[in-house]
Amino acid sequence: MPDTAIHPERSRGTAVREISYADAIREALAEEMRRDPTVFVIGEDVAEAGTPFKVVKGLVEEFGKTRVVDTPISEAGFTGLAVGAAMAGMRPVVDIMFGDFMTLIMDQVVNQAAKIHYMSGGKWKVPMVIRATMGATRRSAAQHSQSLHAWPSHIPGLKVAIPSTPYDAKGLLKAAIRDDNPVVVFEDKISYAKVKGPVPDEDYVIPLGVADIKREGSDISIVATSSMVQVALGAATMLEEIGIDAEVVDPRTTWPLDEKTLIESVKKTSRCIVVDEGYFRYGVTGEIASVIAEGAFYDLDGPVRRLGARHVPIPFAPPLEDATVPNERDVVALARQMCNK
Amino acid sequence: MSIAAKQEAAGLDVEKALHMYRGMVAIRAFEERANDLYTRALMPGLAHLYIGEEAIAVGVCEALRPDDYITSTHRGHGHCLAKGAVPNLMFAELLGKEAGYCKGKGGSMHIADPATGNLGANAIVGGGSTLATGAAYASKMLGQDRVAVCFFGEGALGQGVLYESMNLAQLWTLPVLYVCENNMYCEYTHYSETTAGDIPSRATAFGLASETVDGQDVRAVHAAASKMVERARRGDGPGFLLMNTYRFRGHHVGDIARDYYRSKQEEQRWMADRDPIAIFGGWLVSEGLADKGALDRLEKEVAAEMDAAVEFAKNAPYPDAQRVDEDVYA
Ligand SMILES: Cc1ncc(C[n+]2csc(CCOP(=O)(O)OP(=O)(O)O)c2C)c(N)n1
Repeated sequence: MPDTAIHPERSRGTAVREISYADAIREALAEEMRRDPTVFVIGEDVAEAGTPFKVVKGLVEEFGKTRVVDTPISEAGFTGLAVGAAMAGMRPVVDIMFGDFMTLIMDQVVNQAAKIHYMSGGKWKVPMVIRATMGATRRSAAQHSQSLHAWPSHIPGLKVAIPSTPYDAKGLLKAAIRDDNPVVVFEDKISYAKVKGPVPDEDYVIPLGVADIKREGSDISIVATSSMVQVALGAATMLEEIGIDAEVVDPRTTWPLDEKTLIESVKKTSRCIVVDEGYFRYGVTGEIASVIAEGAFYDLDGPVRRLGARHVPIPFAPPLEDATVPNERDVVALARQMCNK
Repeated sequence: MSIAAKQEAAGLDVEKALHMYRGMVAIRAFEERANDLYTRALMPGLAHLYIGEEAIAVGVCEALRPDDYITSTHRGHGHCLAKGAVPNLMFAELLGKEAGYCKGKGGSMHIADPATGNLGANAIVGGGSTLATGAAYASKMLGQDRVAVCFFGEGALGQGVLYESMNLAQLWTLPVLYVCENNMYCEYTHYSETTAGDIPSRATAFGLASETVDGQDVRAVHAAASKMVERARRGDGPGFLLMNTYRFRGHHVGDIARDYYRSKQEEQRWMADRDPIAIFGGWLVSEGLADKGALDRLEKEVAAEMDAAVEFAKNAPYPDAQRVDEDVYA
């Protein structure tokens, strides 16, 4: 695929606006709702409140309360309702305020949405999107801080997107809404306001399953997801000062997974760190590391190394919470050790 | 008056009555053959038979249009047939054959058929409640007047999503009907040990219209369902029907020794006095709307059709193992 197809902002001469991650998501929703009358948003406090993060603020003014639907605090109920509505001709976008509440919707997602197409021999389709948040360090403690994107990634029938930039957030969400399968999109809460970036005016989608090289380098590949992409890019800048040229690869979707791009990067650099904000054990880093180990074994200088959330419930106290999530220093230290510098 | 004259006097309803009778007979004949396939080790897995509860699926589905939706349960063959599915493709699915409704990927507990509005049988107890509510939601948003019916056993009364669904349905005036089939046993436990308080109050607390019905009497079922379906179709909101019934057989085909949870006398009483087919057949004859000979002939016809369907399924090939990865994604 030519670079400009997935990076129109990199094409010559196009002046591009800078907007926030949250704005990019709101634009994606508004554009898709204008394009397709069957798209609607459903969740807690999505209408006038525009969610606690204000991500969908303003949609209700344009689309009204029948398409921006406030629900009771019934995550399982309205997620399952969206599954049925999707089967019967709608394209719901479900808002799960905190990704921690995946626990409450798991049966609707795992036993219903994910399997209905297969169980029916391909006869029913479930074109729906679940938007959930992820990410710690907001001092929200153990039940409002988790990154549970590994869970749906484990389930056949689901697709999972974890955008790291406004450009990716918009393009992936639009692709998710147009997809005929259930797609779970995890949005990093910290990035909503903090991460800004170029997003073109014109319509574009990013195909699900295409990784993106966020920074090219030759000495070590840092495969980073969502919030950890900013961490990896910060670490890469620090590493450059000591003569280590790091490549940062963002898979953008955990499933489908662009194994080819990941493996090729590591074949080139021969070293690899995988960094992800989910729990370390049995998670995204483990899966990606094994894909790379299998695909690039003879080009590797040493084992693929991993950084993830510490295996503890996310604590409240700032020094404790900060110790649970990988940061730039962790990445730099590990990269130096692997590069002997 | 001759039977023909009586039928004429009763008008269209006779046709409907005979259709319902045939529907119940078909479900029973289907289930007996499913049991036979299991017993002869020709069917992989298990099946949950609907024998004894036929009046509910038939009475409710007779009140529906082909484009209305249903969700069904692990005990779903009756709902599926009553909504219009054909037995040969159902048996093929039960045997895991490529020709089955779901290409053999679903089996007994997951038969789904968009052509007859069947959103699928669901092996998660209470699983259909959100889906039916969602289909009703889509119907309303799309400006259609399709109604969705959620069939569930009283075991689902223990599931929270059922109440989340009823709350949403009433809040948003959705065209959905919740049909609780209380056959008194959740697997091997009497419902009195699992169900506190009064069942219909659980629906009326949310403001749903509710009615309790003798689930062995197809005329009562049909009358109550027709009222609720019309109400929902008009836009007057969801309804709840409590159907009192009994499953004549085990929880599933392999549940043979049942003494530890219910007595033979209890089973015999229900089968002798409360068989929905016998009750309705008796009524048709006593009203002079059909004679015994005609009903017997109908039964024979149905039996022949079911035997042919079983043969079709037995002779149909299994799916090629290569197809295992197909249909995961649309
Ligand atoms: C969520 C869930 N829990 C448990 C089971 C196992 N199970 C299958 S059927 C059944 C009993 C269901 O009873 P009821 O809903 O009354 O339906 P019936 O079998 O009597 O028709 C149970 C517990 C299941 N399938 N799903």
